[in-house]
Amino acid sequence: MSATGRLRLVALNGLLGYGYPRESLELALAMEPDLIGVDAGSTDPGPYYLGAGESFVSDAQVARDLEPALRAAVERGIPLVVGTAGGSGARPHLQRFVAMVRELAAGAGLRFRMATIPADVPAEAVLEALGERRIAPAGNAPTLTAQDVRACTHIVAQMGTGPLARALDAGAQVVIAGRCCDAAIFAAEPIRRGLDPGLALHLGKIMECGTLCARPAGANDVLVGTIDADGFEIVPANPERRCTPESVAAHSLYEQPDPTRFVEPEGTVELADCEFEAVGERTVRVRGSRLVPAAQPALKLEGARLIGQRAITIAGVRDPGTILHLDEIEAAVRETVTCALADALAPEQLSLRFLRYGLDGVTGPCVAPLEPPREIGLVIDVVAPSQELADRALKLARATALHQHFDGRRTTAGNLAFPFSPSDFSGGPVYEFAVYHLMHIADPDSLFAVEIEEV
Amino acid sequence: MRLYDLATVIRSKNAGPFTLTIDVVLPDVTTFRRVLAAGGLAPERIAALYDVAPGAVRVVPFERVLTVKVALPRQVGSGALGDRDVYGCQQHFPLAGVEV
Repeated sequence: MSATGRLRLVALNGLLGYGYPRESLELALAMEPDLIGVDAGSTDPGPYYLGAGESFVSDAQVARDLEPALRAAVERGIPLVVGTAGGSGARPHLQRFVAMVRELAAGAGLRFRMATIPADVPAEAVLEALGERRIAPAGNAPTLTAQDVRACTHIVAQMGTGPLARALDAGAQVVIAGRCCDAAIFAAEPIRRGLDPGLALHLGKIMECGTLCARPAGANDVLVGTIDADGFEIVPANPERRCTPESVAAHSLYEQPDPTRFVEPEGTVELADCEFEAVGERTVRVRGSRLVPAAQPALKLEGARLIGQRAITIAGVRDPGTILHLDEIEAAVRETVTCALADALAPEQLSLRFLRYGLDGVTGPCVAPLEPPREIGLVIDVVAPSQELADRALKLARATALHQHFDGRRTTAGNLAFPFSPSDFSGGPVYEFAVYHLMHIADPDSLFAVEIEEV
Repeated sequence: MRLYDLATVIRSKNAGPFTLTIDVVLPDVTTFRRVLAAGGLAPERIAALYDVAPGAVRVVPFERVLTVKVALPRQVGSGALGDRDVYGCQQHFPLAGVEV
């Protein structure tokens, strides 16, 4: 922090592993930042990654993005903060990520104090909160049951700025957080230094997406944010991008249900009175963001549970008669497969569907075109309790669909054009978000332990 | 004219695994106000298009950036059985097809 009470932060990009130009980082470093931060996770790619403990970005790409930032932070003696390590921020993600950091450090001969902050919440703690009626659905999630909680492979809570600030207080130069609110990655340090939390959280909310708030927009470039007592300024490090009052104001719409406010564990950040002002050609100054502290502190929980194993096949259909009779073919396939597997599984244990790309694959059968298209792409999607059963059901479904008769059928040798042999693919485990709920808790920060080690 | 042809940006995306948001960015203040006044983006109409309860649809106009923000529940959670769009980023239709 400068003598004038100004703090400068660098966001590497919008998601660790998506890449950024090395020159952009050099330009940002020349501006003498006080912290480098980066968001490493998201729920966007769906429930599989949290459920299975896997990453949706390749480790090699993550390492490639991380190494220069780690080196720069340690050499300059400024903190590097990574939020939602490993993509979903549960224990396996965090462990793999921390192992990577140790390896990079050893390779580059870097020594530093590292804080690791797990975000896992034991099922018992969630069950206890459920029993005490301290759980409420977040964002249209269904009502939570004890069975849902027990079925989850991992449950994580999105930490706010508190645990990150504790890690920084402990002198950690590298802070690796499990599941973490995106804004907190950048807001923790300014709040810890006594700057306005409303401004800090708004700045964090913008910075966590990298240069998505700039024009041209992109999640793969470096953004610099500078906060003082009165407001904050943001500018892309890359001279080919610029921020405008409109581009920054519009960013507050992104992935949020309400453009005038957003909710964090610290409270609600009100943006209705925000002013966005151009400073020179590429910089925007923001003022007026305001935090209304939460009346009842709460954390957002996320958990995913296994619902089965998938198998799919992909085929094209050119014959107009076949395209017109797909409903009938699908019903016949379902009947045949269900009967053939009656000994092995109950009908409700099998999910079988046709995804008809070119017809209604994206929107579903509510919006059908009047004319049959020239061709469609068909995905036959099967989910069953085991991979063996899913593969078996799919083989039956594929063979039945290929030869299924329908009224007026002329293409009697086969209904489907398979581009591949083998035509069937095992998709592996399928998860769903079973927990996406708010847990009211008197001291949210108490859930998160800060583990310190010297690397 | 379809909303799709009028809007400069029309995009959908998940806001969490159970909520879909649709941003409709219009070219100027006059168009912005006219579209809103004409009721093409009324919650009841959007609810019918997406087969959700009218009370569950929120429409927030944000004139500063000429954007109307729509939030509605997803029929199926992201990536769960029956889902067709994990990121929710191709769900601007059928809304984009509305005549305005």
